[in-house]
Amino acid sequence: MKLTLRIWRQSGPEAKGTLVDYQLDDVSPDMSFLEMLDVLNEKLILDGEIPVTFDHDCREGICGACGMVINGAPHGPQTLTTTCQLHMRTFSDGDVIVIEPWRSAAFPVVKDLMVDRSAFDRIIQSGGYVSVATGSAPEAHSQLVPKPDADLAFENAECIGCGACVAACPNGSSMLFVSAKVSHLNVLPQGQPERETRVLGMVEQMDAEGFGGCTNTGECTNACPKGIPQESIARLNREYLRASLTRRR
Amino acid sequence: MSETYGYTVGTDLVDKAAPDGPIDTRWSRRKFEAKLVNPANRRKHTVIVVGTGLAGGAAGATLAEQGYRVVQFCYQDSPRRAHSIAAQGGINAAKNYRNDGDSVRRLFYDTVKGGDFRARESNVHRLAEVSVQIIDQCVAQGVPFAREYSGLLDTRSFGGVQVQRTFYARGQTGQQLLLGAYQALSRQIDAGNIEMHARTEMLDLIVIDGRARGIIARDLVTGEVSTYMADAVVLATGGYGNVFYLSTNAKNSNASAIWRAHKRGAYLANPCYTQIHPTCIPRSGDYQSKLTLMSESLRNDGRIWVPKQTGDTRSPDQIPEDERDYYLERIYPSFGNLVPRDIASRAAKYVCDEGRGVGPGGLGVYLDFADAIKRLGEDKVAEKYGNLFEMYERITGENPYKVPMRIYPAIHYTMGGLWVDYDLQSNVPGLFVIGEANFSDHGANRLGASALMQGLADGYFVLPPMLGNYLASTKLAPVDSSAPEATEAYEQSTEKLAKLLASNGDRTPDSFHRELGELIWDNCGMARTDEGLKKALSRLAELREEFWTRVKVPGTGAELNQSLEKANRIADFIEFGELLCLDALHRAESCGGHFREESQTPDGEALRDDENFAYAAAWEFTGIGSPPVLHKEHLQFDEVHLAQRSYA
Amino acid sequence: MAATGLFMLLFLIAHMLGNLKIFFGREEFDSYAHWLRTIGSPVLHNAWFLWISRFVLLACVVLHAVSAYQLSRRDLKARPAKYAHRLRPTASYATNTMRFGGIILGLFIIYHILDLTALVANPNGVEGAAYDNVVADFSHWYIALVYIVAMLALCLHISHGFWSAARTLGAVSSATKATAYKTTAIVLGVVITLGFISVPIAVLSGLVD
Ligand SMILES: Cc1cc2nc3c(=O)[nH]c(=O)nc-3n(C[C@H](O)[C@H](O)[C@H](O)COP(=O)(O)OP(=O)(O)OC[C@H]3O[C@@H](n4cnc5c(N)ncnc54)[C@H](O)[C@@H]3O)c2cc1C
Ligand code: HEM
Ligand code: HEM
Ligand code: SF4
Ligand code: F3S
Ligand code: FES
Repeated sequence: MKLTLRIWRQSGPEAKGTLVDYQLDDVSPDMSFLEMLDVLNEKLILDGEIPVTFDHDCREGICGACGMVINGAPHGPQTLTTTCQLHMRTFSDGDVIVIEPWRSAAFPVVKDLMVDRSAFDRIIQSGGYVSVATGSAPEAHSQLVPKPDADLAFENAECIGCGACVAACPNGSSMLFVSAKVSHLNVLPQGQPERETRVLGMVEQMDAEGFGGCTNTGECTNACPKGIPQESIARLNREYLRASLTRRR
Repeated sequence: MSETYGYTVGTDLVDKAAPDGPIDTRWSRRKFEAKLVNPANRRKHTVIVVGTGLAGGAAGATLAEQGYRVVQFCYQDSPRRAHSIAAQGGINAAKNYRNDGDSVRRLFYDTVKGGDFRARESNVHRLAEVSVQIIDQCVAQGVPFAREYSGLLDTRSFGGVQVQRTFYARGQTGQQLLLGAYQALSRQIDAGNIEMHARTEMLDLIVIDGRARGIIARDLVTGEVSTYMADAVVLATGGYGNVFYLSTNAKNSNASAIWRAHKRGAYLANPCYTQIHPTCIPRSGDYQSKLTLMSESLRNDGRIWVPKQTGDTRSPDQIPEDERDYYLERIYPSFGNLVPRDIASRAAKYVCDEGRGVGPGGLGVYLDFADAIKRLGEDKVAEKYGNLFEMYERITGENPYKVPMRIYPAIHYTMGGLWVDYDLQSNVPGLFVIGEANFSDHGANRLGASALMQGLADGYFVLPPMLGNYLASTKLAPVDSSAPEATEAYEQSTEKLAKLLASNGDRTPDSFHRELGELIWDNCGMARTDEGLKKALSRLAELREEFWTRVKVPGTGAELNQSLEKANRIADFIEFGELLCLDALHRAESCGGHFREESQTPDGEALRDDENFAYAAAWEFTGIGSPPVLHKEHLQFDEVHLAQRSYA
Repeated sequence: MAATGLFMLLFLIAHMLGNLKIFFGREEFDSYAHWLRTIGSPVLHNAWFLWISRFVLLACVVLHAVSAYQLSRRDLKARPAKYAHRLRPTASYATNTMRFGGIILGLFIIYHILDLTALVANPNGVEGAAYDNVVADFSHWYIALVYIVAMLALCLHISHGFWSAARTLGAVSSATKATAYKTTAIVLGVVITLGFISVPIAVLSGLVD
């Protein structure tokens, strides 16, 4: 396949970025999207140019490192698929592919397609955990967890923290990410003691990071490679209202 | 032996920290004898933890909870993305919830035997004891393990063990366990007890007065190289599988941290013990960047075959039944497709070497579900393996319900690593090594679902008291970053980066990595020979020279530069590769994941040589290109009797 | 947002039902308009109830508009750099036109009050003759058109708004409930709109005159 890649190039956080066109003549449909970029980068190095920077690690769709907006779709056109798991056979010969970084005030561009997602870490630091010091845990079977609750928690714990939800949301909101963690921990018995402080703390931090507000457009769920459901956002709202009313802080 | 692959034998190595007495009392005795640091004084101790995987994440959180000042590093943008996140299958623990005869002793026994008698009994027993606490800890953190309708935890069997002791969270146990550790870590970061440096890579270890006192690290965003001083350094930097270029490891996993520590005096043990996984998706072309693992459970219902004729290019449905070779069923009639990982892997290699492999490059064998679909129906097969089939189709574009899957073995885990004593301390005092980065508990072969167990055991339960013991029993002189050893390490690190940038050759870093990987895979992969290893060693020495003159790294060091990061890691991999091959060459026996063709039973099983090789090989660095010194730590087996495996 | 929106929604349901009385003739409609001014009496003074509800409604509209403005500002700030390739929307048209539709509704409400409450913009404009005022309005096709367009905007606004408000208040807890809420939202939007639109249509077609 012959492809035209229109890639966002930005040399640093303060630099002005621009879209640059590159031609690739020999793309195999079996390549993954990132392997296609590897091939481009090899070529750029040999041509004495600076290769394109992008985040990636596991290349298995689980670490959440990769992510770019491909033709207006975070992680590309295929649903439930991360960028690293997207393969070139989804494109056709002669395509022009526009590749941009996640765009959000809370995710400043570091370089080219790489953004700074540390806001997510700070949100987790503000309550996304169960406080249990090592060694102080009771016997695992001392607390039963009904299977539906365990499954619901798991479904939400699948979030890989990639940030596609923020990239897709027309408001740049991180509600889906936050709702996944709040849902994961708040539906489990282990999460009950900190149920209120968790949601209040995380939402407060989320607002402080400069994410937009949620108007329930649902683009986040559609872009999410793990299919975190929009119902989780409703649950986050419920947990938040409940906690605001009882306010055990 | 000739100059290029020589070594000398040094004094035997003895694990001085190892306790004696009845095996099931050793760990509690060691803990009791360990000196304690007064809680009020812990704050005065700074501990560096490199790595945030299961081992590092658990260690950082626990040490910070206990009151130490922790300074922690990872190269990813977030601690949550460490390679541990990719583990799929599960984690073992001797809970015996199934009442199926499991016990600490049985887990201990299975692990020593599974490791082909090349691990320390004391360590393995401790691991089995601690496994029970790990599950409690993780459940309390909110790790959503699979449960039954009763609300109790579900377990499954794994890796040919007869008891169901593997806890799991669908196909992403690693992610869930790591998130548990990451959350605990996050709590401590918020509390100000951990100074977290993400996107920061360790470049060197600082050793002062023979003790580990700090590291040199580069901020990957700004390119700034800085010195960090501490009272102790913990390495939790994972395995070195990426020396093979293509492996199931995360793309940026590397051996640099352990290799630089090795160059500063830490012994590296058993690097030739590498594990190969038989059911990976084969490469589709030269651009292939990594391999994806598929659960071994597929072998329960899939039948493995290749065409009988060499060079048969017909599509699989065109090959009639009597022209197919179901080679595992043929060679191992009683175990068939379910022979252990290493045997299945080697058999695949042999048929491909004969030119009977399928798919691109002839590097693949069929894993065929046609019979299973006929027998069980497509629905049943979909229910059991649906998500794996989907993943396979996403990657290959082929529908495994219609066309047989293609699989090929790939490097998956590395048992070797930095040598540590019972306390997880290397021979350099103050340098502790945990998780896959050390060599400790798996011997020559790791059982499925035991790496996660070991990482968490080390991080949560074993390291913290032993580190306390070190700090309490050692008088440390105050040092700062102006110490000559620190400035020297700093300068060496920056000079090396400058040299990479200055080389301006005609080859990309990746082209070297690919060549290195191919060389090592061909000669030090699934089956190793004296001849092949010698060939690899002489080529490696050339490759090392060539690298420094021909590598091309664009950009500067004072910015985010992924090519520079890569080149820096590859330089270490090439040097490391030499030791890997040398270790494989010196160990003229087969054991576990190390298979020397010269040493096999008539039915093709690995043939151990306990007489000559019942030791851990700890290598001492003496300089690049100069013969290392071999220190042998002899292993004793009092509890489990040495025996040979057989699967024919 | 959600609370004010839902409150307005309640008002609109009542308002629509009230409007439908127009089909029962002038007396009934006018007396209904009159009744509106006497609810609560004798406990409350004449028209107090009306003024209280007017005040609450006005507060709702203003609060709703102000929070819409604040939210929109925050959202625009959260995405300072736009995508070069337009984000591929997967959400419904109703969802993507909330801001625009809201503005149409805001302008409509101002006009509507000037028209039928303050009567300054009404072609008839006789106090107490609500029926005639309405009929006078819709006898002009362009006024009817303005109303109809506004009603269509309302339909869209409600079909996303109701479901959105339900989520904002945390009411949707499972995928099946989500479908139920979504359906309710669309039904509400359509029913309210049809109810309202039936009036201008009826006048235009001569059913009511
Ligand atoms: C595909 C796959 C599936 C697996 N499935 C299972 C399974 O089912 N069960 C099981 O028990 N095991 C499994 N394993 C093995 C297991 O996942 C690993 O052995 C284990 O997670 C290693 O953990 P760790 O903490 O030692 O290191 P890692 O998780 O590799 O973490 C290494 C850390 O060190 C950091 N680091 C490395 N170098 C540097 C440096 N120079 N400077 C700064 N930071 C650095 C990294 O940033 C990272 O945080 C699997 C492995 C793979 C590849
Ligand atoms: C003054 C005119 C109005 C403006 C400017 C306006 C604007 C908005 C905006 C911008 C939103 C949120 C954006 C979104 O969800 O996409 C919204 C939500 C909403 N509006 Fe309006 N609107 C107006 C009138 C109305 C009216 C008359 C109703 C009554 C039916 C209404 C009901 C709702 C509801 C129920 C919501 C959902 C609230 C939530 O999600 O929390 N709005 N409106
Ligand atoms: C065809 C559709 C409509 C008709 C025929 C209609 C008719 C009327 C009439 C006759 C009044 C005056 C009542 C009185 O004061 O006696 C009124 C008031 C009002 N209408 Fe409507 N209306 C319509 C649609 C709407 C819509 C869609 C909205 C909101 C978005 C709306 C909001 C109001 C408000 C806020 C008042 C003022 C109530 C008050 O006096 O306090 N109307 N309408
Ligand atoms: S919710 Fe989905 S899109 Fe958002 S960070 Fe998690 S996995 Fe990524
Ligand atoms: S796309 Fe945005 S508006 Fe809410 S539902 Fe998702 S966060
Ligand atoms: S690289 Fe890990 S999810 Fe894509």
